[in-house]
Amino acid sequence: MKWEAVIGLEVHAQMLTAAKIFCGCPTTFGNEPNSQTCQICIGMPGVLPVLNRKALEFAVRTGLATDCTISKYSRFARKNYFYPDLPKGYQISQFENPICEHGHIEIMVDNELKRIGITRIHMEEDAGKNIHEGAGPYSFVDLNRTGVPLMEIVSEPDLRSPKEAVEYMKKLRSIVRYLGVCDGNLEQGSFRCDANVSIRPVGQEEFGTRAEVKNINSFRYVEKAIEYEIKRQIKVVEGGGKVIQETRLWDAGRGITESMRSKEEAHDYRYFPEPDLVPIMVEQSWVDEIRASLPELPDAKKQRFVSDFGLTDCDAELLTSERTTAAWFERAVKANGQPKAVANWVMGDLMKLLNEENRSIEDCPIRPQQLAAMLQLIDKGTISGKIAKTVFDEMYKTGRDADEIVKEKGLVQISDSSEIEKIVDDIIAKSPKEVERFKAGDEKLIGFFVGQAMKASKGKANPQMLNELLKKKLA
Amino acid sequence: MELYRKGIAELSEMLRKHETSSKEITVSVLDRIDKVEDRIRAYVTLTRDAALSMADNIDRDTATGNRKTLSGIPIAIKDNMCTKGIATTCSSKILQNFVPPYESTATTRLFEQGYVLTGKTNLDEFAMGSSTENSGFHTTSNPWDIERIPGGSSGGSAAAVAADECIAALGSDTGGSIRQPAALCGVVGLKPTYGRVSRYGLVAFASSLDQIGPITKNVKDAAILMNIIAGNDPMDSTSASVPVPDFTASIGRDIKGLKIGIPKEYFIEGIDPEVNAAVQAAIRQYEALGAVPVAVTLPHSDYAIATYYVLATSEASSNLARYDGVKYGFRAEGKDLIDMYMQTRARGFGPEVKRRIMLGTYTLSSGYYDAYYKKAQQVRTLLKQDFEEAFKTVDLILTPTTPTAAFKKGEKTDDPLQMYLADIFTISVNLAGVPAISIPCGYTSNNLPIGLQLIGRHFEEEKLLQAAHAYEQATDWHKRKPDL
Repeated sequence: MKWEAVIGLEVHAQMLTAAKIFCGCPTTFGNEPNSQTCQICIGMPGVLPVLNRKALEFAVRTGLATDCTISKYSRFARKNYFYPDLPKGYQISQFENPICEHGHIEIMVDNELKRIGITRIHMEEDAGKNIHEGAGPYSFVDLNRTGVPLMEIVSEPDLRSPKEAVEYMKKLRSIVRYLGVCDGNLEQGSFRCDANVSIRPVGQEEFGTRAEVKNINSFRYVEKAIEYEIKRQIKVVEGGGKVIQETRLWDAGRGITESMRSKEEAHDYRYFPEPDLVPIMVEQSWVDEIRASLPELPDAKKQRFVSDFGLTDCDAELLTSERTTAAWFERAVKANGQPKAVANWVMGDLMKLLNEENRSIEDCPIRPQQLAAMLQLIDKGTISGKIAKTVFDEMYKTGRDADEIVKEKGLVQISDSSEIEKIVDDIIAKSPKEVERFKAGDEKLIGFFVGQAMKASKGKANPQMLNELLKKKLA
Repeated sequence: MELYRKGIAELSEMLRKHETSSKEITVSVLDRIDKVEDRIRAYVTLTRDAALSMADNIDRDTATGNRKTLSGIPIAIKDNMCTKGIATTCSSKILQNFVPPYESTATTRLFEQGYVLTGKTNLDEFAMGSSTENSGFHTTSNPWDIERIPGGSSGGSAAAVAADECIAALGSDTGGSIRQPAALCGVVGLKPTYGRVSRYGLVAFASSLDQIGPITKNVKDAAILMNIIAGNDPMDSTSASVPVPDFTASIGRDIKGLKIGIPKEYFIEGIDPEVNAAVQAAIRQYEALGAVPVAVTLPHSDYAIATYYVLATSEASSNLARYDGVKYGFRAEGKDLIDMYMQTRARGFGPEVKRRIMLGTYTLSSGYYDAYYKKAQQVRTLLKQDFEEAFKTVDLILTPTTPTAAFKKGEKTDDPLQMYLADIFTISVNLAGVPAISIPCGYTSNNLPIGLQLIGRHFEEEKLLQAAHAYEQATDWHKRKPDL
């Protein structure tokens, strides 16, 4: 039988607010345990939460960017369960009446555009962290993260493959980073996902029983964990068994998912409306204000790059996945860089160098204007494309301008035909056998002559002139 | 008359005229406490030293002309309001050693107006009860008959005011916890409109019902305290952004033509004849003052208790989840985490608190939520509409505060349902969120106080105070003191 996977993702995105969602404590990551807490976020008796309006704004921004309906009336609810990292014994979340509903985003898979529905986006507070290492028979509790604002972005079960799930995650990450509402850091856990996975025979309408896979903290694992889970379910069903509804944990070390708790063991969270917070009434005028302040989003920017700069869909998609990269590209184009050439350099050499050092484009030692100037040197014939690579590496290392490097290192292209002719004559004279073979029809040998000539000119010979001269002389 | 017997208004006047000092008043109250407290047991914690040093500071301050509304007035605080550096126990073993590093908004406001804290008063554990018999520490006695309960849950505050162990007190009211003990102790108790007074620092029992209010020796004192504690607080999202009037301004105005609703649902079988007689007499007194009694109906009153015990316990089951032994308060040792949780909560909470946590956990459970919690919310809306409907034709509603006067200790402890009925006339008010006041309106043949309840429209405490004061001026009930 042929099987089809049905996947829905629940993405938790930590909002980039300076303060926590219900108190004034800072949200900075990695500080001394329990140094960023107050009576409110650690849930001492008698304290009350007050909503950080910035968190609401960020959720609305995200909702607008994903074509959601922004609820005019929204409210918080308590999700009740006992755990040491949850100081109140309940998490303030949203249940009925989430802030955003019925949205969608578009992803590109195998050159096809696919629309993925977003069921809802809701706000909630993060829990703390239990630390089991170095605590002997006990565990330590760090409540710095308690009360850090999260958005839970729940997709429709519209995804059909691990690859689609990854593309969806990437697009969502790109959007929240564009909006400045989340840093999208998977390793630090500020952008994490749970996957609901089920299988059904191809052609069947009805969904199969789903398992929820938790603890997925990289794009690679999104793909691997879902892949594993699909295979596991197929094996279970084909072996005559039944998939049971349960929560499973991804074990990255072993590359498998393992049962954490079954439906019977599932918590009854006893959700009810949070009486300490009044319902949120969102004013249309405020929503309009936020909408007007949205930046150009990845999809729109991509379209513009295609139509304005003549880039291919694929190039435009790559360049726009990060707002900072797109901005860098546009600045270089504005400084008279030819778009296609700029795109190639950015996606090629520049990304390679940056990735090697794990550096973001914001800290790039080369300014966009400097790349544009280097490209002009190529256009004018001052340097060859090949030499340009050397120049570019040097620019990256030192941050200096291309023309300075070219002058200092004597990298100016040799475009004097008599000089090139001399080199060509010299090589022809030194290589009688190759000349003979070439003339006998072994045309591939042209590469040999070009190589030798380039070597002799230290790469500076104008490649076009060199080619023409060689062809003429060897004819 | 001894200083400790007087009220806020009178003592403030004396202080203004330099006829006494805060120190003198405080010493007088502390001496009174020494004399009667072993019989009344109104307090969980006495803050004698703090009170004396506060009084000294205030005397120094006022000497330089810096006088505030409450300068030098000794006031007791129910022990479910957080006081920085002073134990706040909720009369629960689970919080026996809990000292908050922060202050509630209500007590902060009293402090800013120069009050002197005499101590923290006893309550039914986490404010769950009607007699203080659910206190994890001890039962407070009714000053009018120490064999009897003072009412609850603010029984410590009401008894302290009635026994002159403080000049006034703050209580909290979730289903009648200010008004019922005020009625049973013969003092004035006001439950403000929900949202009128900040709940920040009030240890939550049922968040959508809890409200802090004054318990005082007379109506004017209640108005004076309201002027201080009422008003929006950025720390409490549920506190209302409604302008705060001068609550003392309406006091003394006549009530001619005031329409007072008499709901037939509150004059039922089971109401004590002496209570009924006193309340009927009060209605006639109001007529004599020019008010007009009007029959009204609050048709859903029968459902109030059931509705209340679903909603209040649901919220409580969640509010009390934080007492898990992990971060503060009592912790029992256990063999693992779950065992530690269970031992801590089993030994830290008393039986009534456990009963309500279990009830609330049940009513919120998946599969029962719609039948209980959701249905109760719908009935709550109906109860609110009952009041809205009635208030279309009347200015106030008059009822007995309680069906009987103070009962004997131990009389109802074996029957929680009987105990719940003690709040039958006060509970609807919390569900509707409207304000209500209880004032003394007579005494039984056993010399036990009887309370009269006036209920007003949302944010119309002024009218309540005006009508209560008019009645008080025409009667002497509030002047009687228990013989201790």
